[in-house]
Amino acid sequence: MQDQDQEVIREFLVESYENLSRLDQELVELEKRPKDTALLASIFRTIHTIKGTCGFLAFSTLERITHQAETLLSQLRDGQRELSPPLVSLILETVDATRKILASIEASGEEGPDSFEDLTGRLRAAAQSAAEPAGQPAPPQAGSQTAPPEDNAAPEPPEDKKPEEDATKSSAVADANIRVGVGLLDKLMDLVGELVLTRNQILQFNTEREDAALNATSQRLNLITTELQEGVMKTRMQPIGMVWNKLPRVVRDMAVAMGKQIRLDMDGAETELDRTIIEAIKDPLVHLVRNSCDHGIESPEVRARAGKPPQGRLSLRAYHEGGQVNIEISDDGAGIDVARVKQKAIEKGILRPEQAEKLSDREALNLIFQPGFSTAQTVTNVSGRGVGMDVVKSHIEKIGGVVDLFSRPGEGTTVKLKIPLTLAIIPGLVITSGGERFVIPQVSLLELIRLEGDSSEKHIEHVHGTPVYRRRGSLLPIAYLNQVLGLESAGRAEAVNMVVLQAEDRQFGLVVDGINDTQEIVVKPLGKQLKGLTVYAGATIMGDGRVALILDVLGIGQRSGVLAESREQARAAAEQKTQAGIEQQRLLLFRAGSFERLAVPLSLVARLEEFPRNSIENAGGRKVVQYRNRILPLVSLREVLDSGVEDHGQEADPVQVVVFNDGERSVGLVVDQILDVAEETVTVRQKSARKGLLGSAVVGKRVTDFLDLNHVLEAAAEDWFQGGGASASGKRILVAEASAFSRGLIRSGLDMAGYRVLEAANLDEAIRGLEHQPVDVVVAALDLPPKGSAALLEAMRRRPEWEAIPVLALADTPEQVREPAVRTAGFQDCQAKFDREAMLESVARLASALASAEPAVCVAEER
Amino acid sequence: MASDTDTLKSELAQSSGQFSTFFVADLFFGVDVLRVQEVLRFQQMTRVPQAPEVIEGLINLRGQIVTAIDMRRRLRLPPRSGDQMPMNMVVRTEDGAVSLLVDEIGDVLDVDAATYERPPENLDPAARDLIRGVYKLKDRLLLVLDTERTVDLAAGRA
Repeated sequence: MQDQDQEVIREFLVESYENLSRLDQELVELEKRPKDTALLASIFRTIHTIKGTCGFLAFSTLERITHQAETLLSQLRDGQRELSPPLVSLILETVDATRKILASIEASGEEGPDSFEDLTGRLRAAAQSAAEPAGQPAPPQAGSQTAPPEDNAAPEPPEDKKPEEDATKSSAVADANIRVGVGLLDKLMDLVGELVLTRNQILQFNTEREDAALNATSQRLNLITTELQEGVMKTRMQPIGMVWNKLPRVVRDMAVAMGKQIRLDMDGAETELDRTIIEAIKDPLVHLVRNSCDHGIESPEVRARAGKPPQGRLSLRAYHEGGQVNIEISDDGAGIDVARVKQKAIEKGILRPEQAEKLSDREALNLIFQPGFSTAQTVTNVSGRGVGMDVVKSHIEKIGGVVDLFSRPGEGTTVKLKIPLTLAIIPGLVITSGGERFVIPQVSLLELIRLEGDSSEKHIEHVHGTPVYRRRGSLLPIAYLNQVLGLESAGRAEAVNMVVLQAEDRQFGLVVDGINDTQEIVVKPLGKQLKGLTVYAGATIMGDGRVALILDVLGIGQRSGVLAESREQARAAAEQKTQAGIEQQRLLLFRAGSFERLAVPLSLVARLEEFPRNSIENAGGRKVVQYRNRILPLVSLREVLDSGVEDHGQEADPVQVVVFNDGERSVGLVVDQILDVAEETVTVRQKSARKGLLGSAVVGKRVTDFLDLNHVLEAAAEDWFQGGGASASGKRILVAEASAFSRGLIRSGLDMAGYRVLEAANLDEAIRGLEHQPVDVVVAALDLPPKGSAALLEAMRRRPEWEAIPVLALADTPEQVREPAVRTAGFQDCQAKFDREAMLESVARLASALASAEPAVCVAEER
Repeated sequence: MASDTDTLKSELAQSSGQFSTFFVADLFFGVDVLRVQEVLRFQQMTRVPQAPEVIEGLINLRGQIVTAIDMRRRLRLPPRSGDQMPMNMVVRTEDGAVSLLVDEIGDVLDVDAATYERPPENLDPAARDLIRGVYKLKDRLLLVLDTERTVDLAAGRA
């Protein structure tokens, strides 16, 4: 008996909760359409049902409250009184009280100590007061409204019929629907997950055998499993309206509390999502709606001043798109004031003032997702309770969703949530690395790249030790999974397999040992011992029953350093570099022949010129052009670099020429196109084996080849150097510099001036060079390995035959030239490394003065 | 002292008085039988690169993914000899099942609460943190393993 009662009460609770959530929505709706009798009737019926059951189950408090509410509602329904906002509030209060009592019944089986005397009293008072005001307008209404008397005339019969109707209706519904506990559905989903895995196992087993019967059976198993999976997933689908239901009430309460007028439009409430996701987005959604009401939509006065209708509009839209669900929350409010966001960010210490200036509006908008950020002027009771947009974002991202924010000042704000349909089973790509299998979620996957043959390694270029790949013209940073996870490499493979992944809004390539296939996988969480590992998103069970780890693409990117730099860090690093001025150079970028991007230091370039093609003449078997009353020999870079290819037809008209000067002599280098002048910190020195090129570097984020001017001009204009710079001829210069690239640049300057150049990369090589043949001047970089050029100087001064050789020190920056330690070190001179003119001048002076052992004072030239 | 005996008593009250026992090196451990889910022979495991070294790998326990913790490494003992295959002792914890890799499985023992004592103070800290107490059996000492602390890798590091 007791059990039966319990069962009845439980059913009553479930039914009442359902009815109440509908009531909330209907009441708000009613406020908009107070004359809607159908709506009123439905509300009345709901309250009536609760009241009836309460009487049966002897919940007297609840019965009392609902009885009063019913009286009030019947007056409304019968047109005895008009609906007013206070009245709606009162009824909503009743709904809240009902909920409270139901909760208490659910928890303890009792109604609870609160008898809600006050509410009952007010309800009674309202019902009684209705009798008078309704009584008065009733006669004049009688003529105009014929319907109410009819309603009045027949209140009893419908009352009598209703229970029957309800009974038949609900039993019809009961035939088509069964209430199932969520726990059971979750259990089913887990089992289906298992079944999917077992299916995968069987399918794999099947491929290993040639058994027709097994084959047919496993095909059927496959089909049924897929259908079952879809079916069970559907049972867990719920319309998003489930969450939206309570929003009208939230919006209404807020609007009333803040004296605003807000209309809520909802579109796509029937859009379905997995239960777990519905649960997960509930709070963020409510928060976003509150935000829009609180910060977005202005008060009617402000709106009127801005020329907007006094009633603000808040619209919710949900729709399926590309296997995802999009939810948009937009308002026509004030929008987000970017200036204030920045100011706030500075106040909160999230941003420095100088950083704020550099931020684009879009970046600034994203600041509101930073933890601890709120632009609300005052903390109201409706928002600003510490649940910020950062929490919204993290909640959405946790379920694999994305938050986008659009805002126009004065026009409103739209927040767009993109959310996956389900979390439990996802498609993934199975890869192997270091002998282990891993799964990459398909959502993060952009494409697969396979580099084959001997040249496969060459496709991956290195920028200061960091591997990059040229993918359709832009550089893709690369990470090796083996390195990221500390696995042994599989040795030299004949092909490189790379998966291109997207994390946040950035992309990178991940080199793996092998790419297997795609599979539906069931995501299982990792134990707490492994929670700290950001590189994994979870684990799954593969077809063979073994566990495979699911990679977290963002975590992999961050761990490998491909995505490590947040914007802040990148900016800080850039600033640092600027301050240090490490090899900051101005480079001339141009294109010639098959070389898309070539560079020479701008300091070597005299002028850029254009000549009409018909002005080019032939003199002594070489092309020349009349230029400033002289004859300028021309060298076609295309012919030098792409030797053998001679197709003048493709050369542009007018011809683009880079003019190099040396004293009295000039030479013009014909290029296909001048691209740009870049100020760049040269970070790469990859020495090139190819003649005519010094090496490559990344300039403006693209790999750029550095032209070996020396070689190019020598090859094409033999007479260029002959007799050039009589003062320099034959003098031997030892260039000691660790960087091959810098050495090349220094050398090319000295070569052009007619010196014979020896190169040394470190102290030992320099000493050997000196021992090998007599040297007139030593040019040594201050940072010469292992201990700096001072060590070289010291070594030289210890040997009498080298004592007199002047040493020119090269500093990285003009600032370094002026450092006291450098000035007192005993060098004959000191210059900045890439100040070519000053260096040549100094070398010339030292070479002619030769034996002046007296240390000269370093002269630093401001440029 | 009274509080000490109280905690002792409460610890005893929580236990069923029956222990599943196992060996790790020369140490004899016991876990309350109610906490033990099952005992398995060595299973194929999936390594977890970058994981703490005490984690041997992941095993598939009928569709459930279970983390395996090597007790030798957890207790900072020397590794077991090459051909010795560890056994899986799957225990229930607050965070789900975790497998402890042990050398050998012993019997289930009934113990006398009167023989219970706190672990000796001079025990190696790596082990002391994971041991709740000691039962002085006739021929040897049974160390009661604190499974929650054992699977909490942050514990016992000090």
